[in-house]
Amino acid sequence: MIRSVLLHGFVIAALIALEPLLSEYHHGNLARIMVLAVYATGYNILFGYTGLLSLGHAMFFAAGMYGCALMIRLAEWSVGPAFIVGVICALIAGIIVGFLALRTIGVGFMIVTLMFAEASYLTILYYNEYTRGDEGFTIAQSVRTIAGLDLSDTTTRYFSALTLFSICLIASAAVVQSKAGRVLVAIRENEDRVRMLGFDPFRYKLFALILSAVMAGSAGAAYAVLFGYAGASFAAVQYSIFPLLWVLLGGPGTTLGPLLGTVLMFYLVDYASGTIMPGLAAMVETQFGIEAPGLASAYLLLVGVALVLLVLFAPKGLLGTLRARMIPWLP
Amino acid sequence: MATDDTNRRNLLKGAAAIGAVAAGSQLLPGAARYAQAQSSAPIKIGFQVHRTGIGAAYGRWYDRTTKAAAKLINDEGGINGRPIEIVAEDDGTDPKRGAEVIEKFATKHECDVAFGTLFSHVVIGSAPRAGELKLPYFVVSEGHHVASGMLNRYTLQPGITDVKSQVQSMAPWVADNLGKKVTMIYPDFAFGHDHRDYFSEAIERRGGNVIAKIAIPPRETSFFKYLPKIPKETEVLYHVMVGPGVLTFVKEMGEYFGDKRPEIFGFIDSLEAVDITSPGLEFLEGSHFWEGYPRYAGKDQSAHDKFYREAVGVDDTGASLSDPKDVSTFAHMFGCWETLHILKAGMEAADYKGPKDRQALIEAVENMDVFPESRAHPQGSKLFNGRTHQAFGHQHISRVEGGKLVPVHKTSIFDTFYEDETDYTKMSF
Amino acid sequence: MNLLDYLPFDLPHPALLAAGMLEGTVLAAVLALTALGLSIVFGIMRVVNVAHGEFYMLGAVLAWFITHTVSGIIGGPPWLGFALALIIAPLIVAALAAATDWLVLKRLNYDPEATIVATIGILYIIQQLALTFYGPDARPVEAPFDFRVQLPWFGYSGYKLCVVGAAILLMLIVWLILARTKIGLIMRATQYDRETAQAFGIPVDKVYAGVFALGAGLAAIGAVLIVPIQQAHYLMGGDPLLLSFIVVILGGLGSLKGTLVAAIFIGLSDGIISTLYEPTLAKILATLLVAMVLVFRPQGLFGARAA
Repeated sequence: MIRSVLLHGFVIAALIALEPLLSEYHHGNLARIMVLAVYATGYNILFGYTGLLSLGHAMFFAAGMYGCALMIRLAEWSVGPAFIVGVICALIAGIIVGFLALRTIGVGFMIVTLMFAEASYLTILYYNEYTRGDEGFTIAQSVRTIAGLDLSDTTTRYFSALTLFSICLIASAAVVQSKAGRVLVAIRENEDRVRMLGFDPFRYKLFALILSAVMAGSAGAAYAVLFGYAGASFAAVQYSIFPLLWVLLGGPGTTLGPLLGTVLMFYLVDYASGTIMPGLAAMVETQFGIEAPGLASAYLLLVGVALVLLVLFAPKGLLGTLRARMIPWLP
Repeated sequence: MATDDTNRRNLLKGAAAIGAVAAGSQLLPGAARYAQAQSSAPIKIGFQVHRTGIGAAYGRWYDRTTKAAAKLINDEGGINGRPIEIVAEDDGTDPKRGAEVIEKFATKHECDVAFGTLFSHVVIGSAPRAGELKLPYFVVSEGHHVASGMLNRYTLQPGITDVKSQVQSMAPWVADNLGKKVTMIYPDFAFGHDHRDYFSEAIERRGGNVIAKIAIPPRETSFFKYLPKIPKETEVLYHVMVGPGVLTFVKEMGEYFGDKRPEIFGFIDSLEAVDITSPGLEFLEGSHFWEGYPRYAGKDQSAHDKFYREAVGVDDTGASLSDPKDVSTFAHMFGCWETLHILKAGMEAADYKGPKDRQALIEAVENMDVFPESRAHPQGSKLFNGRTHQAFGHQHISRVEGGKLVPVHKTSIFDTFYEDETDYTKMSF
Repeated sequence: MNLLDYLPFDLPHPALLAAGMLEGTVLAAVLALTALGLSIVFGIMRVVNVAHGEFYMLGAVLAWFITHTVSGIIGGPPWLGFALALIIAPLIVAALAAATDWLVLKRLNYDPEATIVATIGILYIIQQLALTFYGPDARPVEAPFDFRVQLPWFGYSGYKLCVVGAAILLMLIVWLILARTKIGLIMRATQYDRETAQAFGIPVDKVYAGVFALGAGLAAIGAVLIVPIQQAHYLMGGDPLLLSFIVVILGGLGSLKGTLVAAIFIGLSDGIISTLYEPTLAKILATLLVAMVLVFRPQGLFGARAA
């Protein structure tokens, strides 16, 4: 327990310490990564610990994003209360989806969450009068303040993202190391046995799903106010798959895996699209005289290769493998 | 109407003044230019491009046009004696990645300005970051987002007209020549709704009306089932579609109607980058299209048009010189060419030396008023409204004749005007 | 008062209904064929093949290459290119799938979760290779023949009607193979109990590779049939994947009859609901309808128990 507190404290302290050291570029990236890592942390509670693979988490992210952004846009609320509305929207979405979707398991759960998310995405488009549909809308820099702090300022943005991330990381660590957390893991391993032991798996799964949805929603609301934009693409299916990839890479069922996975995937995509693949294409052109413009843009190829290698050689994700081989106490 | 006239007068006055200034400044280039060039380091232009995702067909041609324009500018001495360097990054046709790419231009590549990109949601997702990073962001998107006042002082669209002006300038001609009872088919996207709203308004002003509005959900791959929603009394079918399914959409219209079709008026977006002689499109013969820039070179082709096509590598039918099946996004991509030339003019007018002159650059562009038809503006003359950061230009209507698009009408620039909805020059930097 | 006044929608015009049903039938036919492949793989190997849509896309892209070569370079008639594509494209895709099984899935010992991750990776690899070698454009493939069927209200593509016939024929063939041949027997034995099958000398490894290849090949056949209607595009695999998935789960795990019924259900409900409401609202309702069927019948329409 003490080791766990020290570990999480160290990670948060490191993120604080990094702030003045980072170049402007990495500074901006890390602020965004922390917001997305909140989303991944929420996803991990449901997928990594409870064993429920959702393909519809974008609806919770979008519930938070739109709940917050629409209050600012239409009702002219300030950021603080609007953020809370966003989180409440995600909470309500989590409760409704939980009661319905948790009647299914396995692939059925994947499909049902997928379809609810698709319906949510289409609903955003359908009410385009308010949401501006796929195009989305911006939130003016002048209203993006909280307690007098300008959220578009890089330092404020960084520490706002860090605050939210720290809260979610600590909450996640506290939950998974509690009794309830152990029940969640037990459900992942063998739901029938949990039931025989006298626990009601549905209640625990519902709890995990709602907590997960709330974190996803808070990430969505934070994205809207920190980066000044809300749009329907965040509700589309690829945004449900992203947190799955981040968590798989970092290590499902580890508290720090989501952050690690989000960081690595961000930089993998960034360097692959900006440097590696165009370089490769240029090399092919000079060495073999073949023009390969398509190769320059095929950076997701590396993501694909990384996933296949990962599952072959580190099937529990990076931190999961580390825990299995070297650090058994890793939470 | 009164406002329209005022606008027009203001712009004309400005046009005359700026014309004179521009002519004057051209007299003293060389010596001053090289003397001022403290460094020969390239001016870096961050190019946000749709390499992947649903905008990729556009992105490929935006890329080619941009490279051609950059080469021309460099061959002619660059900007203020400095060469330009295009730093391209894929935005994946995604607003989140778009914003990340803008940050990367500003903080990693240390670009002087950012430029490019078509899809509205990418522009809208990226613009707040460009504004916060104080990075001038020149978009080539056609969206009404710039002129609507939604974005910020650092975002401009001087090289391509916006959907509101395009759509409303079509309505009078459609009502007078094709019919007054119109059915609209459009994607259920904000872009489609702009078509729906601005066209409906404009045609009503001309005594026509839209009798049915059919919004197609995104990612739809089959369109046929929606076509019976077109009322029998429809005189004109107005269509606009985007994405990889456009050819299916148009082909299914052909199957549906056979030879008993109403008049059809489409935005070329429905067939952008698609060969108009593809099998199944024969029924389009005699139908009309809006074109931002006519794909087929006409008999009275200007020298500028000829030069532009050669530089970009496009033949007289709008297809790639190396592969006639590879049809360009001709009606849109000229915007990249023209925007880069405006950037050059703006930087020279502001005597741009580095990022500290970004504000001066924006002000210089805001002060521009007219872009005369020239090698830099092969699509035609344009008027620029510095208050709304938006350019206005001629629009074209072409008729399909013998499997080719033949221009039949060119609107006046004034047909495309509407009242200002914002004034960016009053916003602080 | 007329009872019809209480319906939550206006009765559609017969033309609209006819168009909805026709389009729904075509969707159902192609979907059944595509989902059949996924269903077999799922049923026999217990593998959720997320790359299934990419095998479909690959079939369409290969069809473009083959027809383009035949008509553009050799100068053959469209039907010849199409016929060749219908044979060659599924074979190439099947071979690739068998290789995938051998290189990746087998090494994972067909662990359900690991194969999901691996096939997501394979999805990206195939999709990006298509982007590299084929490019981002949507390209048309000419139909082998086309004629227009004039109905009372509108015309309809004769080719689309033939696709429905071809899909039914192919499904019959697959059913015959599974139910009446020794190969089918071996597959069913493997599905029933892998260890016992192995003990009885069935080469389970080869059966799995064959099943995976068959599933991918069926997706590719569906794509070759559909590509003259749509266009070949490197992102076209997403929708068939999701829809096939839905069909397989809705039908009930491993039930081929269920897969067929679910495909018809999805196709027709999409087609008919689209005539009753505004298009996007119709999509929302059709999506929620399917979700609710699964919520209240988690085992699917024909499944005994959920997996």
